[in-house]
Amino acid sequence: MIHQYQLNGYNIVLDVCSGSVHVVDEAAYDLIGLYESCPRQEALAQVAAKYPGIDPQELSECYDDITSLKDAGKLFTPDTFASMAGELKARTSGVVKALCLHIAHTCNLNCSYCFASQGKYHGDRALMSFEVGKQALDFLVSHSGTRKNLEVDFFGGEPLMNFDVVKQLVAYARSIEKEAGKNFRFTLTTNGMLIDQDVIDFCNKEMSNVVLSLDGRKEVHDRFRVDYAGHGSYDKIVPKFQDLVRQRGGKDYYMRGTFTHHNPDFLNDIKAMLDLGFTELSMEPVVTAKGDPSGLTEEDLPIIMEQYEDLARLQLERYKEGRPFTFYHYMIDLTGGPCIYKRISGCGSGTEYMAVTPWGDLYPCHQFVGEEKFKLGNIWDGVTNTEIQQEFASCNVYARPDCHDCWARLYCSGGCAANAYHATGSVKGVYEYGCKLFRKRMECAIMVQIAEKLGDQA
Amino acid sequence: MKHIQTIETRNLCQSAKNGGCGECQTSCQSACKTSSGIANQKCENKNK
Repeated sequence: MIHQYQLNGYNIVLDVCSGSVHVVDEAAYDLIGLYESCPRQEALAQVAAKYPGIDPQELSECYDDITSLKDAGKLFTPDTFASMAGELKARTSGVVKALCLHIAHTCNLNCSYCFASQGKYHGDRALMSFEVGKQALDFLVSHSGTRKNLEVDFFGGEPLMNFDVVKQLVAYARSIEKEAGKNFRFTLTTNGMLIDQDVIDFCNKEMSNVVLSLDGRKEVHDRFRVDYAGHGSYDKIVPKFQDLVRQRGGKDYYMRGTFTHHNPDFLNDIKAMLDLGFTELSMEPVVTAKGDPSGLTEEDLPIIMEQYEDLARLQLERYKEGRPFTFYHYMIDLTGGPCIYKRISGCGSGTEYMAVTPWGDLYPCHQFVGEEKFKLGNIWDGVTNTEIQQEFASCNVYARPDCHDCWARLYCSGGCAANAYHATGSVKGVYEYGCKLFRKRMECAIMVQIAEKLGDQA
Repeated sequence: MKHIQTIETRNLCQSAKNGGCGECQTSCQSACKTSSGIANQKCENKNK
């Protein structure tokens, strides 16, 4: 399977199964499009008629080049990976390498668009105790097999509402990692309200990554991200985020925004973040229940698509000006990205990745917490609901019929199980709206890579 | 091939031979938390 598209002056051809990327002129673009559906002479005649200025001999050579690329496994490569789809998960069955610790099911903001229902996940407010967290870390170490790198996210709600336990758990993890032959990588996601110098010093020493929630423009941010009295949080948190990032010393961070039906023109929010001095940016489409007035609509779609293209162009402009920034979804490493096993195995939720509630229950991921039927077990007894775990273990790109004909399937690995479940009632469905956005992001991301590699000749 | 420029990429078919170490990050962890993409992840295989 190939995928052809034109963007920002480039004619781009992706060979889906080999991962090859080709930039071609218009005649080659058309010839490649006709290659599998037309006999050689007919394809050449059609293209020659369209481009009378090109020597037919040259077109014929171009056709031969296409054949050479096909023979070299760089065009029209067949999909031979289906039988490997369950292999990685089977090989690593029972291995857990990442936990999302719900350290605080409570929040000091009251954002109505929060998928975690203001941190409570449709349940009671709760804080994780050190004992529960310690057991979770022990569970992770003892189930991690030969994995060296273990990922732990401090998530909520607002994790800094339970900061003392975060600190104790990191100290505990550091005290056991050497002997256990492990390397803990911590991430903390925060709304910023409780950031002070102590938090900054701790995070910049211990957290491999911090995710800082900021929606962009002040009026956009303050529409949803308000305290319980209804006051916007922007003025309070922005200076704190700036302090933290300034002192971060080059370690990873992301400003993580959410855009909704109220700001499909989210590029203005990205620009607002850049104006504040932030350069590592993530901007996510809101995930809401059906009927929520902030949910993205079909009418928003063309605007969003255009915004993604404009964002790609902005990234290239700033790159050329020596003022680069990173957009999380446009980070794509064409030469060093994931292997095919990773690309077909699905996201890992419910198998190698699980979420832990404040009271120690295990769920397939943070987005399933509070959905009782998805409870997998707990950190003392391990996974006991093997039926649900099996459902997630068998979730891969080939288990989703809707993905079979999608060119982007090896870039998304079948998509988010939670989004699929909420959209279709099945973790093996697809959230088509999200797919449309994903495909556009990948087209943009690959174009940016091409432009940077070719010196933006278009 | 003056009509076609091929960009250097990792060959996915080749990666079937020495891939699958599992050391890479879990898919949606680092920033988004509400969608899944694997294309932007780093390969951590030391033997590739």
